[in-house]
Amino acid sequence: MNRLAALSRRLAGRGLLHLVLIVISLLWLMPTVGLFVSSLRPASLISSSGWWKAFTTPFRFTLENYGHVIGQANMGRSFANSLLIAIPATVMPILIAAFGAYAFAWMRFRGRNALFLIVVGLLVVPLQVTLIPVLRLFNVLGLTGSFPAIWIAHTAYGLPFAIYLLRNFIGELPGEMMESAGLDGATHAQVFFRLVIPTSVPALASLAIFQFMWVWNDLLVALIYLGGTPRVAPMTVTISNMVNSYGGGWEFLTAAAFLSMLLPLIVFFALQQYFVKGILAGSVKG
Amino acid sequence: MINLLWALVAVAGVPLVLGGYIFAVEAAMKRSGSRARGGLRPWLWLAPAFVLLAVFLIYPTVSTAALSFLNANSAKPVSFANYTYIFTDSNMLIVLRNNLVWLVLFTFVTVILGLLIAVLTDRVRYERAVKALIFLPMAISFVAAGVIWKFMYQYQPAGAAQVGTVNAIFSSIFPRFTPQAWLFNKSQNNGALIIVGIWMWVGFAMVILSAGLKGISTSLIEAARIDGAREGRIFFSIILPLMRSTIIVVATTLIITVLKIFDVVYVMTNGNLDTDVIANRMYKEMFNYQNFGRASAFAVILLLAIIPVMVLNIRRFGRGGS
Repeated sequence: MNRLAALSRRLAGRGLLHLVLIVISLLWLMPTVGLFVSSLRPASLISSSGWWKAFTTPFRFTLENYGHVIGQANMGRSFANSLLIAIPATVMPILIAAFGAYAFAWMRFRGRNALFLIVVGLLVVPLQVTLIPVLRLFNVLGLTGSFPAIWIAHTAYGLPFAIYLLRNFIGELPGEMMESAGLDGATHAQVFFRLVIPTSVPALASLAIFQFMWVWNDLLVALIYLGGTPRVAPMTVTISNMVNSYGGGWEFLTAAAFLSMLLPLIVFFALQQYFVKGILAGSVKG
Repeated sequence: MINLLWALVAVAGVPLVLGGYIFAVEAAMKRSGSRARGGLRPWLWLAPAFVLLAVFLIYPTVSTAALSFLNANSAKPVSFANYTYIFTDSNMLIVLRNNLVWLVLFTFVTVILGLLIAVLTDRVRYERAVKALIFLPMAISFVAAGVIWKFMYQYQPAGAAQVGTVNAIFSSIFPRFTPQAWLFNKSQNNGALIIVGIWMWVGFAMVILSAGLKGISTSLIEAARIDGAREGRIFFSIILPLMRSTIIVVATTLIITVLKIFDVVYVMTNGNLDTDVIANRMYKEMFNYQNFGRASAFAVILLLAIIPVMVLNIRRFGRGGS
């Protein structure tokens, strides 16, 4: 009898556990699904009935919203701009940080530890602190509103964390490997490009994904240094402008927002392990 | 055409220039005497990083600190006036209050939910699927999340069909519920924004806490079970104390994130109706009011708030807390 009671209590507990997890999962998924479903509905329906009604007959779905935002709402160009911003803003900091990390890990020079500490210390600087002086600098140089401005800014902001992470990784590479390469007469450049870079791929991949997503999803830096001109605006800036000017145009807003999520979602599902590692490693970045 | 040119520069030009720089350094090293070789080389490898850090992080930080003691157009020294304004003006106090509310609610709820989900998913076979779903919002931008949740929070007057998911759910569960304008009611709008932040960041807390949880030896927990300890007791007496340092890493990271919170407020309310936060207010001071003194003071306050938290975080992180 006692055993039966214990068993039934255990089963009830299991049932509750599954229920809680399923409810949480649905709650977490629902906002994104609602957005996606809405982006495929005609404007008249979006404003008159909830997105969950889309699954009742008659079904009425359309791709018009996407056609409109890509063609007329500048989202096509913004997508290209986001790529043009994010790719160099990922490659530059990682390469420059890798040079630095290699020097910190495998070259001897005075002040090495003190300098590395300064780099790590820069992790505390929130990028807000840099906005005004850097914007003034870009204005003087005539760079405000251009791609190189935002590449350089993102590169500098990404460096402290990238150097910190890569120095730890590159420092762990086996010393015998480096020494034997040196004895074979390889220059530092050869060791770096033929040995260090290929063996550091896991760390580089996590870092690259983190930095790419960070730049792709960034609003603040783009808003400040690109100044909202549609010609160079990435998707985040274009969408936030749409939010302010369209007011209730949900058919376009939902489509635009989903378009901006497309690449991150693909990266997420295709490279989940690297992605999670990258986000976790990068979460302390300023 | 212009874009094509930029694409070429972006994809091929940048790596070529940077790679070329290192080969040029090595070539120069080879030509110069062996005495100079050893000393100069590390500095040349570090030069690109240090030039960027000096120009875009170190100099601006010092400069901003100086600007915060000057007036709106940086022409006249005003001593601590910008700071006293921020800490006495009633509107500014609301900004600071909001950051504090964000800090407490966002951090607390995100850690608790992350821990709860980590513990619960640990006991089921579909753990990975649930975790992927919860982590997914980390992939999207705060801007997209802002659009998603503005859509969720839509409001129609009572009696009309509710198109916003949140109002529709409450209306269907509680028949006498009056639909709420979540982003407009001053008693609710900050909470509504914080929920968006929580929705995005619980996945982060969950993944780290889950990794910490898996590090606890199962034999310890099994032994407690055999001794007849209830699950609740096991959680509070064994799991929680052992996960202390992991929880601190998560909490400090969340605090740093929340202190700088900007996009979600900018997109959803732009800080109107008492929802402003430091980073958004700083942006307004810069671009709407052209008051660079106050904007700088806000930035310095942010820096001073972050330093102790970040020091704690890096020290834990460095000790293998990750």
